[in-house]
Amino acid sequence: MDNVKNLEDQFQARIDAGEKIEPKDWMPEKYRKTHIRQISQHAHSEVVGMLPEGNWITRAPSLKRKCTLLAKVQDEAGHGLYLYSAAETLGISRDEMYEQLHTGKAKYSSIFNYPTLSWADMGTIGWLVDGAAIINQVMLTRTSFGPYARAMVRICKEESFHQRQGYEILLILCNGTAVQKEMAQDALNRFWWPSLMMFGPPDDQSPNTAQSVKWKIKRKTNDELRQRFVDITVPQAEVLGLTIPDPDLKWNEERGHYDFGEIDWTEFWQVVKGNGPCNKERLKAKVEAWDNGEWVRDAAMAYAEKKNAQLTKAI
Amino acid sequence: MKKEEWPIWEVFIRSKNGLEHRHVGSLHAADATMAIENARDVYTRRQEGVSIWVIESKHITASNPENSGELYEPAKDKVYRHPTFYELPIELKHI
Repeated sequence: MDNVKNLEDQFQARIDAGEKIEPKDWMPEKYRKTHIRQISQHAHSEVVGMLPEGNWITRAPSLKRKCTLLAKVQDEAGHGLYLYSAAETLGISRDEMYEQLHTGKAKYSSIFNYPTLSWADMGTIGWLVDGAAIINQVMLTRTSFGPYARAMVRICKEESFHQRQGYEILLILCNGTAVQKEMAQDALNRFWWPSLMMFGPPDDQSPNTAQSVKWKIKRKTNDELRQRFVDITVPQAEVLGLTIPDPDLKWNEERGHYDFGEIDWTEFWQVVKGNGPCNKERLKAKVEAWDNGEWVRDAAMAYAEKKNAQLTKAI
Repeated sequence: MKKEEWPIWEVFIRSKNGLEHRHVGSLHAADATMAIENARDVYTRRQEGVSIWVIESKHITASNPENSGELYEPAKDKVYRHPTFYELPIELKHI
């Protein structure tokens, strides 16, 4: 027992000194488990995040937009893969993680349980959802676990295009006809609050935050990140000429930040618990894709084994 | 059929000729050919490489961090391996 305590103290000292932790290093079991949970749920979010956007690939308004959307969705797949690989270094298998997602044991970001009803939603997702993700992920490039931090660096490099293409979609709609602008405003109205919820529950209701900050898994709290998001997004909405659907939103000279209204946490927890508008549809699509691909995975494996056997025989 | 996971491969990429291959991450693939193709899709979507190496992760032998002491300690007290260990007159040039 003293031995473990001693190891934990040494571990904390390494973290405090700003050292990175690598997969084979000794780490407290809770550090390992927290990372497996956080990284795999992050990976699931990237993968499920392909679904609401995939919905619009065949209906993109031009070839340029279609190429862009395809590239973005392919990036999300790549981001999921970087993250699954990072989690695997901690001793969980890919199949185990998929199993947790498919059975509903593992969560993914609630934002993807909202439907994408119009083309303006593609713009709004890029601008707000990817924008919120960037704020979280930029922080995570400095997280204490090496493989997670490295995956984040790679992801952040690619993410900026996602946000910019989204904003450009809205810019064009907002400078278009009245109906197009209305479409953009409607998308903002639906995605604003769920985007704020992406940063997670408020600090006083987030019991794991203190430990995560101590282990430098998180370098900033949910509320700090949320405030940063609001502060940089409000002026961007002004450039578009759109109105953020929050009557309490106003600049606070004293704080040097925007004040904003109360978030409906009941809605947040409902969606987390599986009662959002698209939870069932998303999970069903994911499970079906996995099940329908089984024969391909098995065939590729059988082919590799056969070729390998032939090679061994020839030698 | 028994469900079997595709093995894990480590991916190394040379970003341009003249530079070494560097480890970029890992992925799953049924065989080496597929590993190269998957690496192309996952790690070079923006022209990050001109050459790819893949090796099945199980073939890599890694040192154990617990042995760091005996592996790396011996180099610690050998300051005489560094040029700055030798005190020479300031007026001396090109050495």
